[in-house]
Amino acid sequence: MEPLAAFEVLEPGILTTVQDGGRFGFSQFGVPPSGALDPFSFRVANLLVFNHRNEACLETTLMGLKLKALHEFPIAIAGGDLGPTLNGEPLEMWRTHLLIEGDIIAFKKVRTGCRAYLAIHGGILVPQVMGSRSTSLSGKFGGLEGRPLRKGDVLQRPVLPSPLTHLGLRFPKEWVPLFEKEPILRVIPGPQDDHFTPEGLHTFFSASYEVSFRSDRMGIRLNGPAIERRPDVEESIISEPLLAGAIQVPGDGKPIIILNELVTGGYTKIAVIISADLTKVAQLKPGDRIRFQPISIEEAHRLLEDQEECLEGFKESMERR
Amino acid sequence: MGDRGLLLEFGDEINYEINQRVRRMALALQLETIPGMIEIVPTYRSLLVLYNPLILPLNTLKNRLKQIEESLPETPLPEPQFKKIPVVYGGVYGPDLECVAQYHGISPDEVIRLHCSKPYFIYMIGFMPGYPYMGELPDALITPRLKTPRLSVPKGSVAIAQKQTGIYSMESPGGWQILGRTPVELFDPQRDPPALLKMGDWVQFYPISEDEFKEWNR
Repeated sequence: MEPLAAFEVLEPGILTTVQDGGRFGFSQFGVPPSGALDPFSFRVANLLVFNHRNEACLETTLMGLKLKALHEFPIAIAGGDLGPTLNGEPLEMWRTHLLIEGDIIAFKKVRTGCRAYLAIHGGILVPQVMGSRSTSLSGKFGGLEGRPLRKGDVLQRPVLPSPLTHLGLRFPKEWVPLFEKEPILRVIPGPQDDHFTPEGLHTFFSASYEVSFRSDRMGIRLNGPAIERRPDVEESIISEPLLAGAIQVPGDGKPIIILNELVTGGYTKIAVIISADLTKVAQLKPGDRIRFQPISIEEAHRLLEDQEECLEGFKESMERR
Repeated sequence: MGDRGLLLEFGDEINYEINQRVRRMALALQLETIPGMIEIVPTYRSLLVLYNPLILPLNTLKNRLKQIEESLPETPLPEPQFKKIPVVYGGVYGPDLECVAQYHGISPDEVIRLHCSKPYFIYMIGFMPGYPYMGELPDALITPRLKTPRLSVPKGSVAIAQKQTGIYSMESPGGWQILGRTPVELFDPQRDPPALLKMGDWVQFYPISEDEFKEWNR
């Protein structure tokens, strides 16, 4: 595909990376999945610009990203409301816009959530590494040279006919997730919930935890009451697999939510956040407070099916237009 | 593990036989195409199967895995590969060599001799891309982790902790005791496979001089 310069980066913001649906099949070599932390918003952004579900987008964190459009193409922004503007005027999220050459997109102020996804029609063209365009920051590969965006970078997109007939699409308001400051995250207990005392488990399921400033794409550290471990078990376990949403409890008893950049770990995991709530997890920012609630696997699968039905329903409504 | 991971446990210790069973199952699963199975993550004593519950119901996956496990004894394991890895020991390359020697009341040369005295089995690749967890060290080298982990360990650092030895395939924070450094590239995202070492292979270290280290990648 012929690449075409789409955006010039005027300001990279706090942290902006190229992410797609993730890199799978290489964990046996220690390669983490990376990919968009908020899978729901990422997919909506891609749907709005008629991309395949795993096309590479920009994931921008909190504030500061400023881009200049270098030609005419459609975009959409979904996820946390980081106050996006177009040439200084507020830009509606969760809908398709057509940019023209010289347009300036800027993220000014965090209103809700933590991460926004900017999808461009055709996706961001960077080389695939191990089958994915996602940036691995710790591995320094994928995305744009394995690093966050910098001032002066130029992002490419493939040359595609503009789907002008589809402009002005909106994702239904009632389906837009609310990124509350005190969400309840639903979890499936285990695999090592039996390493904690009944009091420890009670603490975990009743206390409110605050998101620490020491949080990044690897994990979200939490401040709050320590979770009591049984006196007869070791603090660490033999290193075993991890996945996004796993909640590790290290020696100090303060839980850490694991995100997309780790494959294995040697701390006990008290519970794993359900897939349908990963969107809420990705939108947590320092200072937010969370609570944990246990549910069954069957219930978790039903919630994921509901989320999928809403995305598929929107996709079908677009195709009918 | 959560609503999209199924954790298969084969034992609860670091043990060659248990790890071979993990590996046998991992190899068998790599040959299968199960729609909705996303990824498998084999480790010391357990294996995670990541699945998409929208495509693959949990019970269907469990039944399929049971069938595969029952046919395992017939799956032959490939011959392991033996790799020799050069290491420059001590000095700036191995800042903990002296401490480890003192801890055991032996000379640094004896630590090097012991570390190079036998091949190590690769139990798993994890922690970071290409990082091999290997064992077991000779009893005389069993050493605890650092009390305070380092914020940055250079790429190529060869380190030990408890009965294990490993190689930092990338610069990273880390708490293992660093004995030396290898000039060999353990991970290259453009290579296929991207990691030099894999689970089930064997590694033996041998000492090289600082000059040889510097010349290695010229």
